[in-house]
Formats: sequence, structure tokens, C-alpha cells
Amino acid sequence: MTRAALLLLADGRFPAGGHAHSGGAEAAVRAGLITDAASLEEFCRGRLHTSGLVAASLAAAAALGVDPGDLDAAADARTPSPALRAAARRLGRQLLRAARATWPCAGLDLLARRFPKGAHQPVVLGAVAQAAGLEPLDAAYCAAYESVGGPATATVRLLGLDPFDATGVLARLAPATDRVADRAVRAAREALDTGVDALPAASAPLLEISAEVHAARTGRLFAT
Amino acid sequence: MHLHHPHDGHGHGAPAPSGAAARRPDGTRRALRLGLGGPVGSGKTATVAALCRELRSELSLAVVTNDIYTREDAEFLLREAVLPPERITAVETGACPHTAIRDDISANLEAVEDLEDAVGPLDLVLLESGGDNLTATFSRGLVDAQIFVIDVAGGDDIPRKGGPGVTTADLLVVNKTDLAPYVGSDLDRMAADAKAQRGHLPVVFQSLREEAGVDRVAAWVRERLAAWRA
Ligand SMILES: Nc1nc2c(ncn2[C@@H]2O[C@H](COP(=O)(O)OP(=O)(O)O)[C@@H](O)[C@H]2O)c(=O)[nH]1
Ligand SMILES: [Mg+2]
Repeated sequence: MTRAALLLLADGRFPAGGHAHSGGAEAAVRAGLITDAASLEEFCRGRLHTSGLVAASLAAAAALGVDPGDLDAAADARTPSPALRAAARRLGRQLLRAARATWPCAGLDLLARRFPKGAHQPVVLGAVAQAAGLEPLDAAYCAAYESVGGPATATVRLLGLDPFDATGVLARLAPATDRVADRAVRAAREALDTGVDALPAASAPLLEISAEVHAARTGRLFAT
Repeated sequence: MHLHHPHDGHGHGAPAPSGAAARRPDGTRRALRLGLGGPVGSGKTATVAALCRELRSELSLAVVTNDIYTREDAEFLLREAVLPPERITAVETGACPHTAIRDDISANLEAVEDLEDAVGPLDLVLLESGGDNLTATFSRGLVDAQIFVIDVAGGDDIPRKGGPGVTTADLLVVNKTDLAPYVGSDLDRMAADAKAQRGHLPVVFQSLREEAGVDRVAAWVRERLAAWRA
């Protein structure tokens, strides 16, 4: 195993479709909720502790070997917005494509056969981390970081926010990201013993509602 | 024969992750994929529409558009009814149209695969870029050849300025020649500059407002298709 694979997987340039998504930031910008670095930080903090935590737990559980079908159903149950469910599966499919070309192996081929239209992205992320020789904690870090990295990058494009301010936000969120990743792995281990109900179900209703509004909107820059 | 499998539509096994593979899992040659890039407003969608009208009776066609922030191009093609709606897909590009055709092609590859599954087997897929600056080109993992469309109204110095689109595209189309007298563009100079930049690579000057329309581009597409199948 090589830890360096984590850098590859967590890199925003990994070609898995993420660049077309803002993680709810575009909707929040439109609603006047993100206007500067401070409000971006609050938005990201909320996201990290809700959908970020859930995604990190799903990813860690998948990397631990919890059944991806169970995890995909658990992800559905934790994602009320149909638009977000569809986007998560699309991103899962795109990630799987990129990962199968990057780390070819039977496990990922099997996953692609089982979910031809994609499984939830964090579930795929966990399986990919495993295929790349990474640990469940690495998968959790990846998912947690992604949950805030995407909105930060998108906000730079949407608001013309100073890119240094945006990276500062991510740096200040680092300690919280550590805690979320740890918590996610503990929950994933519990899920391995007792089933997927042990995974956190923290939700941010506003993210779900605004995702639906965003999906119905014409003239958007990002898919979600 | 194109084998249909109840689960993944790709015969046995999962679909290949790479878009570049030239054959479908059943051994047949997949559709030829042509990219159309170039600045906003140069006539990419109009060229796609004209190509569809010209080729749809002889080929099984589909179109993928990469709109920047709307479904405008896809909707134009639907309104013009150049193809049945199930043969036209719009990909969203997240404020970065060149990323979706070059650095991270996954959404476009997925759109092509879904079209093949839904209405295939296809002979030809046209992928229109959202329109970008002169440096935007398609990845070879996504398209087999690319057409770069500029117009005479964008300034007759564009061929001289060059850039990867102008210099390396498999076909350079200089569109809207009908407007040249009104905008004072010197077509001879554009042709000479293009030749200097591109060497032996072909250049077509066209006006979609005139009789010949898209004929020469369509002929070029037929040639590419014949070479692809050979
Ligand atoms: N005069 C003239 N107008 C054209 C020609 N081709 C396209 N157009 C017009 O140019 C505008 C932009 O074309 P479009 O295909 O949407 O450009 P795209 O942004 O590159 O897809 C539209 O109003 C077209 O009708 C042409 O050959 N001559
Ligand atoms: Mg267009």
C-alpha cells in the first residue's frame, strides 16, 4: 500500500466529475447566504458536520468492507432530495470510471457491474480507497475534505472571492475535519458489527431544500 | 451485431472505463466521436444542426452539448427538431467548459455511453463544447477528431494569433463568410494565415446562409467516418 495514493484521490484535479458541482454553494450564494469568506466558512462548517460526516462514514464503512448495496441504501435514506440522490449516483459512476482506469482491479470491476448506473459517490469512494491500498480513515478524510473543498472552489468562481481567503477557510476547518474523520471511522466500525443503522444520519434540511430549488433553476453554473 | 445485456448493455463484464477504446465489448467498432470547439457565437450549434440535417438520413446520429450555464444549445437543437429528443444530451460543466472536454471528461463519456445504450448502435456522435477561448481543445480520450469553428466577424487576425484550437484541430472551419464584406474581414489573409499556422491540416471557409452551407464539412465528416470504419 502507498499512502501517496491519498494525495491523488483527494486532489481536486482527479478527473471524476467533481468540478461541475458546488456542493450547494451556488444555491447559497444565490440566496445571499454566502457573501464573503466568513459566511463561506460558516456554510462549510455546517456542511462538514452534516453531509460531510455522513459521507465520511459511508466512505469509511465501504473501505472497511461493509456491503456496498447496504451502504447505498443507507445513503439513499440519508439523502431526502431526489436531485442530490441522482447527483450522488452520477458522481459515483464517474468516480468509478476514473478509478477503474487509475487502479484497475477485479473489485472495482465487480462494483461497476453491480451498479451500472452508479452507487452513491461516498460508497464508491470507500471502495476506491480500498482498491488504492488506503485505510478507512483515509477514505473518511477524503470524503470530509471533499464536502468543504468543492464549495470553497466554487465560491471562488461564483463570487470572485479571493482564492487565498478560500484556502484560509479550508485551513481553519482542518481541526474539525480531523474530528469528523475520526468520528466517521468509529461509526463505520460499529456499522461493520451491527449494521448500517449505526452510521450517522446528520442532515442539513436547507441543503436538501435548496438543492431541489437549484435543480429546477435555469441559468445555473453548477449541476448541484 | 450489437449484443444487449439486461444489466449493463455491454455484453459480459462492466463497460470499459477508458473512453478511447475503439471497440465495443462485443467487438464492433463504436461510434466515431467528433468534437466541435471554438469561441462562443462562432456557429458551432448552427454547424451541428446543419450536419444533423445533412447526415441523419444516412447515419445513426447523436449529439452531446456542453452548455455553459443553460440548456440553450440542446434546446435550440430540440426546437429545430434536427434529431429526435432522445438523441440529444446536455452536459453541465460547472463554470469551466474546457475542463469538461479536456481535463475531466467523465461526464461527457458517460453521456456518450448513455446515448449508445438508449438509442445505439450509433455511427456518429457530435460533441459541442460550451464555447471557450482559443486554447480550448478536446481530449483524445473523448473525441477521435475535432473541428475548431471560428467566424469572420470575430476578427480576421484570429488565424494569425493561432492557439491550440486553430493550429492543431483536425479541421478548421472559418464560418459566416457571408458577413466578411460587412465586417471588413480579409478572407485571403485569413486563408494564408491559417495555412501558415496549420501546414497541411484542412481549412474550410463556409457560410451557413448560402446554398452550399455545410456541404464541405459534411464531406470531411464522411471521409473521417470511412477511415474510422476501414
Ligand atoms: N450570417 C451568418 N450567421 C451565422 C452563420 N452561422 C451561424 N450564424 C449565426 O450566428 C449565431 C451564433 O451561432 P451558434 O451556432 O449559436 O454559435 P455557437 O455559440 O458557436 O454555438 C446564431 O445567430 C447563428 O444563426 C453563418 O454562416 N452566417
Ligand atoms: Mg453553441
